[in-house]
Amino acid sequence: MSNIITVKKGFDIKIIGEAENEILTPKVESYAIKPQDYIGLIPKMMVKEGDRVKAGSPIFYAKHNEKILFTSAVSGVVQSIKRGEKRVIEEVIIIPEQTQGYEDFGKESLASMNREDVLEKLLKSGLWTLIRKRPYAIIPNPDSSPKCIIVSGFDSSPLAANYNILLRGKAAEIQLGVDVLKKLTKGNIHVNVSFDKTTCDELLKLEGVEINKFKGQHPVGNISVQIAKLDPINKGESIWYIDAQDLAIIGKLFATGRVEKDRTIALVGNEVKNPQYYSVKLGASIANIVEKNVNKENNIRYISGTVLTGKTISYDGYLGAYDNLVSVITEGDYYEFLGWVLPGFKKFSLYRTFLSGFLNLLPKQKRKPINIDTNLHGGKRALVLTGEYEKVLPLDIYPMQLIKACIIGDIDLMEQLGIYEVDAEDFALCEVIDVSKTDIQQIIRDGLELMRKELGE
Amino acid sequence: MKLLRNILDNLKPDFEKGGKFPWLHSTFDAFETFAFVPKTTTKNGAHFRDALDMKRTMTMVIIALIPALLFGTYNIGYQHFLSLDPKIGFFDEIWNNLWYGILKVLPIIIVSYVVGLSIEFGFAQWRGHEVNEGFLVTGMLIPLVMPPDVPLWQVAMATAFSVVIGKEVFGGTGMNFLNPALLARAFLFFAFPSSMSGDNVWIAEKADAFSGATPLAEMMAGANIPTHSFMEMLLGVMPGSIGETSAIAILLGAILLLFTGIGSWRIMLSVFVGGAVMGLTFNLFGSNPYTQLPFYYHYVMGGFMFGAVFMATDPVTASQTNRGKWIYGFLIGVMAVLIRVVNPAYPEGMMLSILLLNVFAPLIDYYVVDSNIKKRIKRWKMKGGENV
Repeated sequence: MSNIITVKKGFDIKIIGEAENEILTPKVESYAIKPQDYIGLIPKMMVKEGDRVKAGSPIFYAKHNEKILFTSAVSGVVQSIKRGEKRVIEEVIIIPEQTQGYEDFGKESLASMNREDVLEKLLKSGLWTLIRKRPYAIIPNPDSSPKCIIVSGFDSSPLAANYNILLRGKAAEIQLGVDVLKKLTKGNIHVNVSFDKTTCDELLKLEGVEINKFKGQHPVGNISVQIAKLDPINKGESIWYIDAQDLAIIGKLFATGRVEKDRTIALVGNEVKNPQYYSVKLGASIANIVEKNVNKENNIRYISGTVLTGKTISYDGYLGAYDNLVSVITEGDYYEFLGWVLPGFKKFSLYRTFLSGFLNLLPKQKRKPINIDTNLHGGKRALVLTGEYEKVLPLDIYPMQLIKACIIGDIDLMEQLGIYEVDAEDFALCEVIDVSKTDIQQIIRDGLELMRKELGE
Repeated sequence: MKLLRNILDNLKPDFEKGGKFPWLHSTFDAFETFAFVPKTTTKNGAHFRDALDMKRTMTMVIIALIPALLFGTYNIGYQHFLSLDPKIGFFDEIWNNLWYGILKVLPIIIVSYVVGLSIEFGFAQWRGHEVNEGFLVTGMLIPLVMPPDVPLWQVAMATAFSVVIGKEVFGGTGMNFLNPALLARAFLFFAFPSSMSGDNVWIAEKADAFSGATPLAEMMAGANIPTHSFMEMLLGVMPGSIGETSAIAILLGAILLLFTGIGSWRIMLSVFVGGAVMGLTFNLFGSNPYTQLPFYYHYVMGGFMFGAVFMATDPVTASQTNRGKWIYGFLIGVMAVLIRVVNPAYPEGMMLSILLLNVFAPLIDYYVVDSNIKKRIKRWKMKGGENV
């Protein structure tokens, strides 16, 4: 069964440096788990520096729920536990060993397991942390139950990885993963794919799920936009979601009893020499991947994740917990003489005050990829222009009003304006086009965190 | 460019904390960012941003004002010489007209900018903010809604009033709820009525024998139809405020604003629709000549066109929701014509109508947003949620 759902608003920004077809397997010299990738998590360490761990061994647990374990992707030695300000744990670095050893989680057949067995296996293996819930984009409480689960099968962000390539050859694992999810909820399992981009049988031939084909431009790939169309979240409700690639990891656990956190990622961006795919494990260091493949002589920024929502990392940083993309773009720390008066043939803008803005009126197939950099292009100002965010936010939400409610921290108003239906990433395009250069995603994230602290999950 | 950059880089430490002139930091910053787009990069969230910033946005509005400004300047000269010699043609004294106009308009513009920007710079410094570009537009709008014969000290007072009371006390650009330029005009209108109304002010140094009444004043006085033809009023060859006489020049600006997407087409369109609806209603039921005036005459008389294009569309003081903009614009059109035709005290309804709707814009938004909230609560209740 498949539904076709059209999303009208939004905009696909085409950027130079999309990944090519090829998948390489680099040698990765270290791995890390970064507690800060998980929203609202306070880790409690279970290992010390110098401990030996196997793939699947617990590294730390969540302070708010000790059943939620975070496990190692590889076997090796815990090299260091890096702390930042106020002794917050930033990275737990593990050096892998030559021959990999795995914790054994058993190969019991799924048919004979009930919900509790499945939950226990997911929690112990640490793969529970691959599932997230809305509202708040946090790891769900295992004692709760969602109204439905969404398997995210495409990404519409600029330079996004192609899921047809990411999922290649993982059909059996994904199907098994779906069967695992079905033990967790009585609701539907939605598999959300792209109407024009998704061609792979790994998703389209899944059984026992509802396949939804989404048509439109970014943020059509965002979970919030999809839920809004399928079954909007009301106060007190929650939905869970998981990336299709991570679902394969869960499938593999139930097939083999091993934790093998394989993830195919893409190295993309205008400062990458040969943008392509790499097969690594979760938390891999990007050092060897970017070593010879980026324009090191330029001043560049490494981002784990998309250029809209990712986190800045160093050239020897680590892949984020939910990321399948490393974007490398030019740093924009330059002055531009009278930059605000020039006609702007080559500037990126969705407004038609620049001549290049008119190119955006072309249909998306005809637009040419553009160069970007991290310059803010102006100073921060009070919010002045209105009616612009609405053009790129395909949700029944008043963005300006919600942003202001978050700024003043009025949780009643935030709730009324639909904070449960959104996540920070939905406002990424609003942030890009904002003339006042406001950090809108941070405002929404702070608003969500305030809600969560005041009202609980 | 490199030389200028080096000079700025050398001077910069003097204006920072611990330097020689930390109290001029905002001023220095304003000039520096005027010359160079700063090298600030993104920190959180989206790693790249649109190239459009507030400076360019405001610049677009100023460019859009240029046709009205140029025509207005020329027209001041022409109207002056016309009052001396009623036989003179529009193109007979091109350089004299222009020169006379410049002598009248330039001082008003300078006073408006100097007074307004000094206050803006002062407040920015006091708050430790960057100087906001909002006044670049306001400072141009204020002269354009002034009569050509307005005394300069009144311009200074009006500007100071509108910037301080209309804007800065609320927190500066983006926080004000009344259009600052209209507030300046309203201030003069109520504080110095003799300088802002009557037949004497609309033509600079006019000859006494010449009437000099604006079409609005003529209609108010009970004329059947303005002495100026529709075509003259459309082109703007008539007495009036500096920038508001020529509908054509204003429309050129409107085209730029709509073309670049800076001005709201919803507001502009709905103001005209509102004016037409009210005008036609009067045509149906009215009994005196003013009510029988065809609705499109209202567009070209007085400040209707200028208000619709440049004043009503100010994003800060207009409704912020798209549906609210329709209602807001429509009511401005309706009220403007209503005040013109019915109210005996004020010949020009546009200014008051926009200020009135500025006040009501938050209320309109409140109800628009409230319907969204109600929809959300209803959906929740249908799912069995409790009462909120």
